[in-house]
Amino acid sequence: MHLMKTKAVLAACGLALSMAACGNAGGGGTGKDLAGKDVSCGDFTGRVAEICKAGKITIGVKFDQPGLGFKSATADEPEGFDVEVAKILAADLGIDSKDVKWVETISDNREPFLQAGKVDLVLASYSITPERRKVVGQAGPYMVTGQQLLVPADSTVKDIADLKGKEVCSVTGSTSIDKINEKGAKGVGFESYSECVQKVLDGTVEAMSTDGTILAGFAAQNEGQLKVVGDPFSEERIGVGYSKDAPEMCTFITDSLKKAFDDGTWAKAFEDTLGPSGVKTPDAPMLDTCQS
Amino acid sequence: MDFLTSGYDAYLESFFYTLMLFLVSGVLSLVLGTVLVACRVGPVAVLRVVGGWYVTIVRSTPLVVVFALFQFAAPMLGIRFGWVQVHIGTFDFTSFFAVAVVSLTLYTSTFVCEALRSGINSVPLGQAEAARAIGLTFGGTMSQVILPQAFRASVPPLASALIALIKNTSVAYIFGVGEAVAQMRIMTNNYASERPAIFLTYAAGYIVIVFVFSFFANRLEKHWRTA
Repeated sequence: MHLMKTKAVLAACGLALSMAACGNAGGGGTGKDLAGKDVSCGDFTGRVAEICKAGKITIGVKFDQPGLGFKSATADEPEGFDVEVAKILAADLGIDSKDVKWVETISDNREPFLQAGKVDLVLASYSITPERRKVVGQAGPYMVTGQQLLVPADSTVKDIADLKGKEVCSVTGSTSIDKINEKGAKGVGFESYSECVQKVLDGTVEAMSTDGTILAGFAAQNEGQLKVVGDPFSEERIGVGYSKDAPEMCTFITDSLKKAFDDGTWAKAFEDTLGPSGVKTPDAPMLDTCQS
Repeated sequence: MDFLTSGYDAYLESFFYTLMLFLVSGVLSLVLGTVLVACRVGPVAVLRVVGGWYVTIVRSTPLVVVFALFQFAAPMLGIRFGWVQVHIGTFDFTSFFAVAVVSLTLYTSTFVCEALRSGINSVPLGQAEAARAIGLTFGGTMSQVILPQAFRASVPPLASALIALIKNTSVAYIFGVGEAVAQMRIMTNNYASERPAIFLTYAAGYIVIVFVFSFFANRLEKHWRTA
């Protein structure tokens, strides 16, 4: 009986996969659809196996960060590096990227969404911190970035020291604001990064600061008007969030990321999404070990 | 309660910005609201119409839209508040604070105006007629006879408008002012495991401010009633 059930599931997985593969044939282009891999859900345990068997997954990403997680008003699906890494994870569960349900997670609702089970994973420029690990699981990092400055193209500002006592904007409530204040500048917060970019463009503030990768996306969007300057003055380890109720998720994510680092899919995802904004593809970061 | 032991100063500082927003825009709203109500009940037809339209339009616009207009649209039209540079100790009152004060004042003054108008309506018509009969001008009638009585009658609705202002200052958090809600967001992001306590602590801050304010409004109301 048990065996039959497993067989049926495997058959269903196979069917889903072949259909997914068919669907992908017509696609193409960079960072679009990624077909689910041929996996056996029996290799997984707990929640990971359930998701694999169900053939669908809900992933929280940001919708307002060009290059990382961005969804324009007309697009059906978000795009960016976070989204591509999410697709890689889904593919390793045998899930075609078209079957991924994308949910917008803003900084404030990432933990509540994971705790309530509204999303299975969160890839939303989600820094790994000990405080967050008390509430949710975080695997990774799949990227290490640091806070830099985005200034008008003709600005003479070279790094954060040039902005002592000046107002620098970022997103309300973010750790970036704390860091700006620590460095002697005055952090002012806006609801989203795009509003903050607007304040740099209209000259109200001289600079904006957050993770370099996010800034690079905006610099690319406003080419010729804005540039990224300065050495990173913080270290953010960007990881994947999952619910504490599903600790087995960690091993799966870590294994999947390891494979993506080794076979070049991770680097390709980076080049396709953040490459155009002029960021060099870094070395793959060291992954944290899972505590069991 | 890690967030409070390490962030107690930040908590108080953020509520200082909240209080400053309330005090500055509260006083300005009372002034502008009084001017508006004088326009609305005055003898000059143009001012009556302009005052009426102003109140109708601004009162019907969400506060966040008023803020957005001054923060994002006004700079494009050359209206900036860059000249506002007041620094008191570690507190900064710059263009972001100015935009907040202007938005809150323009918005709240419409409610102050309507609260006062309800007070004026409660003053018997005979009072105005008597004032005119003894030769007082419109200004004299308003300042010496009508408005003092109107203020007394409109303390409760005025207090409501100002209590709404206290809470409305929180809208400034998305427009660059480091007031209480902005600081709360920093804490909820830094202390993910203590969110319920953080929300309650900040709510308590507002409740205390409103309680203190209501207490004085009540005292004033009682004092004037018996006077």
